[in-house]
Amino acid sequence: MTNVVKRFPGVVALGGVDLDVQAGEVHCLLGQNGAGKSTLIKVLAGVHEPNEGTIEWAGDAVTLHHPQAAMDLGVATMYQELDLVEGLTVAENIFLGHEPTRFGFSQRASARREAARLLARLGHPEISPAAEVGTLSAASCQIVSMARALSRDARLIIMDEPSAVLDAGEVDQLFRVIREVTDQGIAVVYISHRLEEIREIGDRVTVLKDGKTVATGLDAKSTPTQDLIRLMTGRSIEYVFPAKPEVVADAEPVLRVEGLSRAGEFTSVSFDVRPGEVVGLAGLVGSGRSEVVETIFGARKATSGTVTVDGTVVRGGSVAAAVAAGIGLCPEERKSQALVLGASLASNITLATLPRFSRGGLLDGSAEVEAAEELVESLDVRPRGVHRESRTLSGGNQQKVVLARWLLRGCKVLLLDEPTRGVDVGARSEIYALIRRLTDEGVAVVVVSSEIPEVLGLSNRVLVLADRSVRHEGPADELDEHAVLDIILKGDAA
Amino acid sequence: MSADVTKVDQAGDPVAGRAEGEATATPSGPPVGGAAPRRDGGLAGFLSGPAGRNAGLVLALLLLVVVGIITAGDRFASPENALTILRLGSVIGVVSVGMTFVISGGGIDLSVGAIVALSSVWATTVATQTMAANYHWIVLVFAALVVGAVCGLVNGVLIAYGRMAPFIATLAMLAAARGLAEIIAKRRTQIIRERGFIDFFGGSVLGIPVLVIMFAIVAVVGWVLLNRTTFGRRTLAIGGNPEAARLAGIRVQRQTMYLYILLGVACGIAAVMIMARTTTGTSTHGTLYELDAIAAVVIGGTLLSGGRGTIVGTVLGVLIFTTLTNVFTLNNLDTSTQAVAKGAIIVAAVLLQQRVSRTRSG
Repeated sequence: MTNVVKRFPGVVALGGVDLDVQAGEVHCLLGQNGAGKSTLIKVLAGVHEPNEGTIEWAGDAVTLHHPQAAMDLGVATMYQELDLVEGLTVAENIFLGHEPTRFGFSQRASARREAARLLARLGHPEISPAAEVGTLSAASCQIVSMARALSRDARLIIMDEPSAVLDAGEVDQLFRVIREVTDQGIAVVYISHRLEEIREIGDRVTVLKDGKTVATGLDAKSTPTQDLIRLMTGRSIEYVFPAKPEVVADAEPVLRVEGLSRAGEFTSVSFDVRPGEVVGLAGLVGSGRSEVVETIFGARKATSGTVTVDGTVVRGGSVAAAVAAGIGLCPEERKSQALVLGASLASNITLATLPRFSRGGLLDGSAEVEAAEELVESLDVRPRGVHRESRTLSGGNQQKVVLARWLLRGCKVLLLDEPTRGVDVGARSEIYALIRRLTDEGVAVVVVSSEIPEVLGLSNRVLVLADRSVRHEGPADELDEHAVLDIILKGDAA
Repeated sequence: MSADVTKVDQAGDPVAGRAEGEATATPSGPPVGGAAPRRDGGLAGFLSGPAGRNAGLVLALLLLVVVGIITAGDRFASPENALTILRLGSVIGVVSVGMTFVISGGGIDLSVGAIVALSSVWATTVATQTMAANYHWIVLVFAALVVGAVCGLVNGVLIAYGRMAPFIATLAMLAAARGLAEIIAKRRTQIIRERGFIDFFGGSVLGIPVLVIMFAIVAVVGWVLLNRTTFGRRTLAIGGNPEAARLAGIRVQRQTMYLYILLGVACGIAAVMIMARTTTGTSTHGTLYELDAIAAVVIGGTLLSGGRGTIVGTVLGVLIFTTLTNVFTLNNLDTSTQAVAKGAIIVAAVLLQQRVSRTRSG
């Protein structure tokens, strides 16, 4: 196999991207959210056609009008949201769209045999081709996705954040499989936010920023982290945190969580948050962080344990009761859990406060708009129009709208689950400043984030979750990223 | 194709460049009251707004009126005929207003016609009529409303708390309610003997039939409820994103149940109206109302997936279908031809909506 060259200058979402991938290498794509990574891989996969630029495959210029065209060439894509059909079996998923047939009848037996052979080749003979995909773990689903790519005789496999849903052990397995396929001359384009993964698995790195290639062909092993961060952000420090809030040490806690457990998700979580304090929950994906805050909020029903706000126990399993007690939640998935995307900013902001705008049974629309405008201005949501549909805003501005909802309500306790996911660097520091403003007003804040520096930078105290329970609790100042990772890893070993 | 690529952005987030571009276009001074820029202007922008969508429906209605005047002349263009159209549309109109709530809230109800039938039968049994004779004809009205509300409650509980798919739960209700109506009426038509009831609902006030006035009241109340109350806002929120509504503290299940009860009551009102118009209660009343109501709601511009609802659009949708029927009848065209035309209108309206929402999302 000869060199694979692909070039696409001159798209607006992608304003001039160059990328060349060689057979048998792992080529990493780095870039912040919105840098154009997903668009780029959709162009490679034939989902979108570039307006300008050329794609060359093994030296010949090609046009990919359709995903099928890309697949026929040998480009297989593993999307971020796994694109498997849950109700079908492993074998059926692997051969979806190109089932082995004879006289028009699908050959189930040979499909299963072939699937078993592919799974064995990937080092996972334990996955049964007859199993329903819906019953598999996230890691096994990744393997099935990869088997599907191989079943197409892929020469290039694109992986969009494959490690996002995996734990440390599963990531190791994934890497082993990647090394095996690259040894067979297959090229891999690997997208991840985790620099340490890129160091481990990558050969070369291309950095995207604002839809442009800012660096390409960097050595994945030796390029200094500082350089990579500077290329991604345009500056060398990644986070700017406001000074931490001062907390009165002997103040009565606003939020008290005692022995909170939920079968299969987390056990015996206890902590206090005092007025004006930020408590961070650190942990890997799957450690139970989001489940803890959602249970505090009543969106999940605790198996045991209590949540107390200002000395009063909050009835469990009821969001309405939690909201009435003064708790607010900015959930992890902004689009699916927080916003009514088709509705205006104003009605999203007032969603948790509707009775306040009700006069004699009728909604006072102008008071609503006025309140929304005030918040939109004070939080600097851009663009300003409160009648605009929420879907038209960028991630950071959408997050501000969700925050505005709870600001309007005036919470005693605010739970922030991944407050800066999908938020660009500029809006990040604004959200950090906003959290600080809330604590100045005496709000107790709980922050969950996958980004350990963010948890450490925002919080007064940090709880480290691993293996579904609290492994460590202590002041954030006494921890650094490595110490937290250390605790998490030891927890896994225990 | 080019538009497709430029609009694609990371994980659906508008790219930073675009947001900044719009921010500079809107100077970052204090926002200007309600006059904040809505969205891109032009015809597409206008047509995509609520006023524009309704203007399209009004246009379609005017077109039908013109066709009616050309083909049927004075027989069509008379005040009597106008009232006939309104009277014909009033029963299905009341059901459609209720249906607008259920569909905006992300649901669907296939059982409305059957509920109308059951309500009309229950309200006209010998027992109910005897009670009415001893007491007052209002008993008939109560009976119809209560039966409608109870059917709606059953639908609502099954869907909201039993977590059944609305399509299935109301399909079951469709079969069961119609069957129960047949059992109670023994498949016979029950004549209403209460003169007071027929005189009241069959009469007119200032020349306008009471049925039309009832439809107008239901539409106005429905409009206020959907657009100007917390109830309406919550309905749109649970239809637009039930999870977000739940995490904002809205009781999604309870709200869902209320919507089906509301529609059940609307069916009860419709039953009263059809009883007055025909002076009977039978298990064949309201046949295929579910399809007529859903069609009117959808061509009116309410999103079948929920989250957006328009009462004005629904009323216009009802008027379009009723006027169509009227024009066809006046021209002695059979109901089969009408059905074909209805189908064509539904397809055209939905295709138009999709075009509009595509230009809108851009």
